[in-house]
Amino acid sequence: MPSPRSAKKAVVTVVTRRGLLVATFAISGPLSFCAALAENPRSQETRLEAAAVDYDRDVRPVLARSCFACHGPDEQQRQAGLRLDRQDAATVKLDSGARAILPENPGTSELVARIESDDADVRMPPPETTPVISPDEQRLIRRWIEQGAIYNEHWSYVQPQRPPLPQVRDREWPRNEIDYFILARLESESLAPAPEADRARLLRRVYLDLVGLPPSVEEVDRFLADSSADAYERVVGSLLDSPHYGERWARPWLDLARHADSNGYQRDGFRDVWAYRDWVVAAMNLDMPFDQFTIEQLAGDLLPDATLSQRIATGFHRSTTVNVEAGTDQEEDRFNTLFDRVNTTGTVWLGTTLECAQCHDHKYDPFGQRDYYRLLAYFNNSPLETEAGDGSRREFVGPKVTLPEPPERQQERAQLVQQRKGEKQRLDEMIAGALAEQPAWEAQMVAVVGEAETNLPPALVAALAVEPDVRTGQQQKVIRDHLLAERPEIGKLRTEMERLDKRIAALEPQTALVMQEMAEPRTTHVLERGEFLSPGEAVRPGVPEILHAVQEDGHADRLSLARWLVEAENPLVGRVTVNRWWAEFFGRGLVRTLEDFGTQGERPTHPDLLDWLAVEFVEGGWSRKAIHRLIVTSATYRQRSNVGAESHERDPHNELYARGPRLRLDAETIRDNALAVSGLLSPAIGGPPVKPRQPEGIWRVTGVVDNTYTVSNGEDRYRRGLYVIWRRSSPYPSFVNFDAPDRASCVVQRPRTNTPLQALTLLNDPVYVEAAFALAARVLRECPDDATSARARYAFRLCLGREPNDRELLLLCSVANEESARYADDHQAVRALTKGHECPAGIAPVELAAWFHVATILLNLDETITKG
Amino acid sequence: MPPRQSDHVTLSRRALFQRTGSGMGALALTSLLEPAILQAATGAAGTAGHHFMPQAKQVIYVHLVGAPSQLELFENKPALVKHDGEPVPEELVAGQRFAFLRGELKLLGTQFKFRKCGQSGIELSDRLPHLSGVADELAIIKTIHTEEFNHAPAQLFMQTGFGRFGRPSLGSWVSYGLGSENDDLPAYVVLLTGATAGAGNSLWGSGFLPTTHQGIQFRSEGDPVLFLSNPSGIGTEQRRRIVDGIQELNRAQLVDVGDPEIATRIDQYELAYRMQTSVPELMDISREPAWVHRAYGANPGKGSFANNCLLARRLVERGVRFVQLYDSGWDHHGGVFTGIPNKCKQVDRPLAALIADLKARGLLDDTLVVWSSEFGRTPMLQGDREKVGRDHHKDAFCVWMAGGGVRGGTTVGQTDELGYYPIEDPVHVRDFHATILHLLGVDHRRLTFKYQGRQFRLTDIGGEVVRKVLA
Repeated sequence: MPSPRSAKKAVVTVVTRRGLLVATFAISGPLSFCAALAENPRSQETRLEAAAVDYDRDVRPVLARSCFACHGPDEQQRQAGLRLDRQDAATVKLDSGARAILPENPGTSELVARIESDDADVRMPPPETTPVISPDEQRLIRRWIEQGAIYNEHWSYVQPQRPPLPQVRDREWPRNEIDYFILARLESESLAPAPEADRARLLRRVYLDLVGLPPSVEEVDRFLADSSADAYERVVGSLLDSPHYGERWARPWLDLARHADSNGYQRDGFRDVWAYRDWVVAAMNLDMPFDQFTIEQLAGDLLPDATLSQRIATGFHRSTTVNVEAGTDQEEDRFNTLFDRVNTTGTVWLGTTLECAQCHDHKYDPFGQRDYYRLLAYFNNSPLETEAGDGSRREFVGPKVTLPEPPERQQERAQLVQQRKGEKQRLDEMIAGALAEQPAWEAQMVAVVGEAETNLPPALVAALAVEPDVRTGQQQKVIRDHLLAERPEIGKLRTEMERLDKRIAALEPQTALVMQEMAEPRTTHVLERGEFLSPGEAVRPGVPEILHAVQEDGHADRLSLARWLVEAENPLVGRVTVNRWWAEFFGRGLVRTLEDFGTQGERPTHPDLLDWLAVEFVEGGWSRKAIHRLIVTSATYRQRSNVGAESHERDPHNELYARGPRLRLDAETIRDNALAVSGLLSPAIGGPPVKPRQPEGIWRVTGVVDNTYTVSNGEDRYRRGLYVIWRRSSPYPSFVNFDAPDRASCVVQRPRTNTPLQALTLLNDPVYVEAAFALAARVLRECPDDATSARARYAFRLCLGREPNDRELLLLCSVANEESARYADDHQAVRALTKGHECPAGIAPVELAAWFHVATILLNLDETITKG
Repeated sequence: MPPRQSDHVTLSRRALFQRTGSGMGALALTSLLEPAILQAATGAAGTAGHHFMPQAKQVIYVHLVGAPSQLELFENKPALVKHDGEPVPEELVAGQRFAFLRGELKLLGTQFKFRKCGQSGIELSDRLPHLSGVADELAIIKTIHTEEFNHAPAQLFMQTGFGRFGRPSLGSWVSYGLGSENDDLPAYVVLLTGATAGAGNSLWGSGFLPTTHQGIQFRSEGDPVLFLSNPSGIGTEQRRRIVDGIQELNRAQLVDVGDPEIATRIDQYELAYRMQTSVPELMDISREPAWVHRAYGANPGKGSFANNCLLARRLVERGVRFVQLYDSGWDHHGGVFTGIPNKCKQVDRPLAALIADLKARGLLDDTLVVWSSEFGRTPMLQGDREKVGRDHHKDAFCVWMAGGGVRGGTTVGQTDELGYYPIEDPVHVRDFHATILHLLGVDHRRLTFKYQGRQFRLTDIGGEVVRKVLA
């Protein structure tokens, strides 16, 4: 769906497309779009005739699509000296004597003549290249020139101002400012918002949104029983204060930070980075203001008297992939890392795709190649992150900090080291004892050799034949090894010591990757065509010219860049950030292209709401929790989502917000939810990554890397998805099936697919099978004497929060009863199914088997994996 | 062309395994594509997504991981043999970067013989006796070149057209463009032998395309598709009853909520249930007659390249659009004269059998078979004379194609007498991609996806169809 202000334009486009379709169908085989257009029946008259034309909204998209590649900001590609993206350039007299645009005079504007010409040699754009300009678009450009050809700046580069609240007819509905903007739009479309969601559904929705976990049955009951006016707001407050809030909201941030536990590429070895993840969780729980949150991650190391925590925060940009493949060109890989840092920074804080400017001036957006390398210069002063290792290997190195250890860990290590010392001593004594007996032993050996054919190794026989004082080192070694090998106690002790060494290694102090500046900064050059082997002009660190100026107090370093990004004058950062959050709650952003606020991105559906939220966020002290609170307490958010098919047909993407959000949960939350409702979930927060069960043979990376996957012990198997080890070459498979990325590069929004692999995962992944058994056992354990319907109701409420309706209850009861009846006479089937799964005391295995069916059904429901 | 929109919400309604000819699947799929294609799709069955008449409908794409030496297999260079052991002419290597080679570089001639094969008389190494038998089907490109010279980045470049992570793979682009022709199987299936290639799962990842287009790895050990098997104690009947229960409750939700996403989920559970039968049947090669096993050198029950070739045939028989085989172990920095024959023994017979088998079944006309690697090997020696090897070489190496729309028994391009640089018809990886898409009836310039404000293509801003390989 188009933005509100461009709705009419979209109608035109659709009509045009239909025209194309007809033409295409008539002419089979390859054809150019021009040929198609020639046969295109004239599209309907537009309804635009009278309206004022807005360059940024109406004209720029057309010119950007069809003209800017050759007549835009990119100097290298510019044809005929013509530049159409700026008024001063577009209205200048060209070599030909003509002017592309003569304001108020479309008739003498060369641009109009060219795009409207029927002569293929004259017509622009050239037929064989970019998309043609449709007749409606031609008229639009004509009228824009007629109206003065005013170039207004692209909306997102203009600093947002807090807009007044719009007038609404229904004064009762709005609960906060958000609702005025939403309702005004709905009223203009003659639509009414949906009623508020029923309380159990609403509670589950807000739990999943704020802490990523479902409410317990007790929490639902308490909420249902609380009739005070602010019951919901108090729940929201407690969820915002919950330590699980940070876990929930770290997930999308870590996608942006492309945070993973391995290097990526060939030899996808592991790195210690979990302290950064824990820093993100803690910062979010503390509601660290977003400006500080930014500064610490981009430049925490450069803050005066940087704390350990501030240094750990800089792990954000150490999360880049690194290639330690043996033949890697170090400098090339270093530049790839730098490019990633610049591009990710642009995407996360500016909602801007800077990548194009790596090789040439941006074709659509006002960012030059120089801008790109000036930004890159801020990052170009960190030490190397790989170095040549033994032989052909390369090693992943670079700045680290050592993490503080708990005293028990220190003690344990000290104790093991002590123990090892003792064993070493014992070993030395044993060896000395054995060697003391060497002459006697040798004599015995020689006798054996002399006697007859022996099966002693030839090397030993040969060595023994040599006089002791003239033996080579190798010969001495052969004899000695053989002697010692005859003492099993020595071998045993050695094995024991190796085991100790491993345990000690595992207890070594842990580290985190951090950013650090070198004493001598590197010089940064513009790279011709983005090639690191083709350095051009040298540049100093600096920010894109189109945006606000950077404050530098003598330094131009990452800290000045970080501060610049979160200055109140930055027109983008507030909008980009609140828009991403909005998309987490509602499934899509107010600007649908979360990753692109440039001229090629979509325009906001509710521009005033976006600006209002952005200003509220920045002026209100950059509080994430405050914005989240606003959103979840709005009437907009609290609407029902179960409103029937008609609403979905009218507004499939819920762009107008005439119903509440309904979205499939993300990969980690689906698993967290299943573990939570079945009672398996470990609530532990933080620490090194864990390895839950996964199928055999998932890790099979090339090269000198350990591919053993040892499943974690105890509750670590049931930790939240946030803590599951993330190997870039093969992430946790059930997460992949639910659209988790590989985290090799910045991901702004995960897709939400709906596939049979997801069904197979929920039905058969041993993790979900175990959860289904645990859920069944939980129901039977907690309702030991209850009737089937009470158990079914409880199971249902565990999974979905709400009460089942009669039909749902009936189905679950009949499954339980029928399966019980089937299994009652078939003990073999019961054993086959329940083997290895714990049956609660006093419960017949037949019951467990039957309730496993019920539990599996519940865990597989669309509603269970959906926030609705 | 009107801009195509990357709409996550719409995409979420799209099934992993879409039909092409008719029904909702086709509409959902083709709504992604430009209107011209939509019209073609709804107007005539079987032509969804094509910009013009396809020569091939399906692809079996074999990637030899580690990069086999073209100089031992496809490039007969008598001059290199003649000058074996001599220093490299300075002008060839001035300013060049190598992964490993340092110091004075010496030429290395092959120890293998080349033979003219078939009626076409194209030359192949005597290490490829079986492929020599089907030489008249092959079009060998001798001048392909790439931009990366380390394994993982070069693998990414070969598969995604970009040397770093984040872009969709060729197979994903094809799945996105053309969909699947089988209701019960994915459009894009990946089979591996040996370790996973350095760049990992991203080689068949969907990048910014919807994840429904990613390659699905079928495995020779354990479940052929992850989580395909029921838990122990759950048989087909029990599974059916469980799925029935899920479906009944989901249908009730659909009525109450009205979200078509629920309808899709209901369909996907049915498809998952069908896959539990169709995939094991597909993967069970033991029912193939003994002569087929012999022809391929297949050995049911064990993972092998030969088994994967046989599976590839079974997959294309069932309409899977893009089948990709990876085989690791071709990185011969040392021991090239022992390593190459060993690896050839593993792949030569099955590949030749695959081509012959496809032909005998009338499938070769519709199936494009491709051999590629991430790069080639240097004409220079790496290591010493004891442990002879070759380094990575990005400037000229060989790929070949056979089958649908390919002019068999041809070679394209020529390198200098040492096999270092192309001197005639250089072919960039993007040209190779453009050609594969072309054979599938897709214009590489028009297969685009809007992301981050830009229309992305597999071939970025390059790509020329290599006309000389076209029949």
